[in-house]
Amino acid sequence: MNQLASGGTNAVSLTVFLILFVAVTGVGFVASRWRRAEDALHLDEWGLGGRGFGTVVSWFLLGGDLYTAYTFIAVPALIYGAGAAGFYAVPYTILVWPMVFLFLPRLWSVARSKGYVTLADFARGRYGSRSLALAVALTGILATMPYIALQLVGIQAVLDTMGVGGSSGFGKDLPLLIAFAVLAAYTYSSGLRAPALIAFVKDTLVYIVVIVAVIYIPIRLGGYGHVFHDAATSLAKTNPATGKPKGSLITGPKAQWSYATLALGSAMALFMYPHSATGVLASKDRTTVRRNLAVLPAYSLMLGLLSLLGFMAISAGVGKGVKGFNAQLAVPELFQQMFPSWFAGVAFAAVGIGALVPAAIMSIAAANLFTRNVYREYFKPDATPAQETRVAKLVSLVVKLGALGFVLGIDKQFSINLQLLGGIWILQTFPAIVAGLFSRWFHHWALLVGWAAGMAYGTYEAYNVATAGKPNSHFGGSAANIPVVGQIGYIGLTAFVLNLVVSVVLTLAIRAAKPRELPDETVPGDYLVESAPLVPLTPETAPSR
Amino acid sequence: MTEPATPPPSAPPGLPVVTPTRVVCAVLLGLPFVALLWVSSYSRLTPAFIGIPFFYWYQLAWVIVSALFTAAVFVLIRREEAARKALLTQAPPTAGEPS
Repeated sequence: MNQLASGGTNAVSLTVFLILFVAVTGVGFVASRWRRAEDALHLDEWGLGGRGFGTVVSWFLLGGDLYTAYTFIAVPALIYGAGAAGFYAVPYTILVWPMVFLFLPRLWSVARSKGYVTLADFARGRYGSRSLALAVALTGILATMPYIALQLVGIQAVLDTMGVGGSSGFGKDLPLLIAFAVLAAYTYSSGLRAPALIAFVKDTLVYIVVIVAVIYIPIRLGGYGHVFHDAATSLAKTNPATGKPKGSLITGPKAQWSYATLALGSAMALFMYPHSATGVLASKDRTTVRRNLAVLPAYSLMLGLLSLLGFMAISAGVGKGVKGFNAQLAVPELFQQMFPSWFAGVAFAAVGIGALVPAAIMSIAAANLFTRNVYREYFKPDATPAQETRVAKLVSLVVKLGALGFVLGIDKQFSINLQLLGGIWILQTFPAIVAGLFSRWFHHWALLVGWAAGMAYGTYEAYNVATAGKPNSHFGGSAANIPVVGQIGYIGLTAFVLNLVVSVVLTLAIRAAKPRELPDETVPGDYLVESAPLVPLTPETAPSR
Repeated sequence: MTEPATPPPSAPPGLPVVTPTRVVCAVLLGLPFVALLWVSSYSRLTPAFIGIPFFYWYQLAWVIVSALFTAAVFVLIRREEAARKALLTQAPPTAGEPS
């Protein structure tokens, strides 16, 4: 190996990284003055950026929000380790856009019409059920926490590669603590405006790095043909832990069900995450939402190209011969080996800043959920908007501290396991939310029981998946046998089907008993509101309230 | 939470629910699902493109194709919604007239 293994710090990379990081911090604090509204104390201002983001800002915000730093590290890492199986992220991020094109415009409209800030607000208004709304809110908070923790894992991977931090326990964690304190401070003061502005910087850096990487690195490695040849040779080698090949360049017949179900299930889950909803609801009108769904796939293309870096890392010999090499470091180490120091610094900054944007939005989204659907619903129903904002700001700090505790205090693997579970869990809110956007046919009790069944089944199945080569271990993956079909598939999707079947059957049974219905506060017109000032569909024509 | 002073009117009448435009849009949005979930149709190495196996460049190409489809749907839906609105503001709407 070269100087990487010794953990030396490259002064040029570090300086470039620090300059960019400080610049972005400045942007984060300035953001609080950007487009400030008269009523800065309303939760719409802190928690949704005033609901006034146009196409360009929304595009950067959503892109920076959904394609997280952890994705940039984890997807190539998966491909580095297993080959084709990790490429499911590409069909996943393709399918998500045509799918959400059907329902996100309706979600945006009803949220604008009724002033909803979270998906649980919608469940509360549509079904009139406090318990269903609480289930949606808690699932959202639970699924988001480990996701924030993983953003820190992303920053850590970059810091490790740069050799930053001492060897002692506290000194090692200090850089991460500083990065986090900065993030917490500007999220607290600027709300959603901070990540929206920072996303401009982050995504510009990421696009530059990816374009340079997919052209420059293969040239240095002797072309794509050579890269894939090396990868095929390496993946065909036997993994001593399992006695099978490490991976393959294409999915074998047995792996195709899990490939397809993972792509579909993940696509369905993405917009059930609180941070995705926050990004969408911050758009200024319905057309902005729709237009963005047509241009956001640019990020999917970037992710696809980026994932090829996993093969390049194999070809470049990253981690070769290192026992127990952490695959998460494959991409950062590839950058360090291949790029001149200054550009490696830019690439590391792209990943590091890339972690801050989603972490900020996720903590805001979780704070919105807690404030609107737990605090206001159960503790203080007469909370004023100013009180809501104060609580949300405090909760955003608590959520981030919790995530930090996850990464520093508990095994890192634990947050990865939890994030895997989070995906399975959040998918269980899909029937209530998406069906609710089109009809009130489902009964809220049936949805609640279906949700509980999906949660229980998904958690149980995931617990039973052993890590490859370690028989009695748990949470080793997200694929298991699908009953009836008899193939290996994504647990989340199987649990979703169970959830849906339970919800349909119970709705039929409950409807047969003709119970008293809870009120639905929405009307069909709410789902079509354009918010264009010219069309008098809604009285609220002002850009922000 | 501030509520609108008056509830918005219900869904506008005019065109029927299923129109030729909407059928085209459904096909355009549905095709990527058929293509990408049918994994065995593209799980092979050849033909390669600049050294990238078929499995990879084919899916990357679908990113672009799917984005173009979604963009087309965006334009079609906007045009039809404008037509619906025009029908709404005119004298009694003629039901069933395609855009």
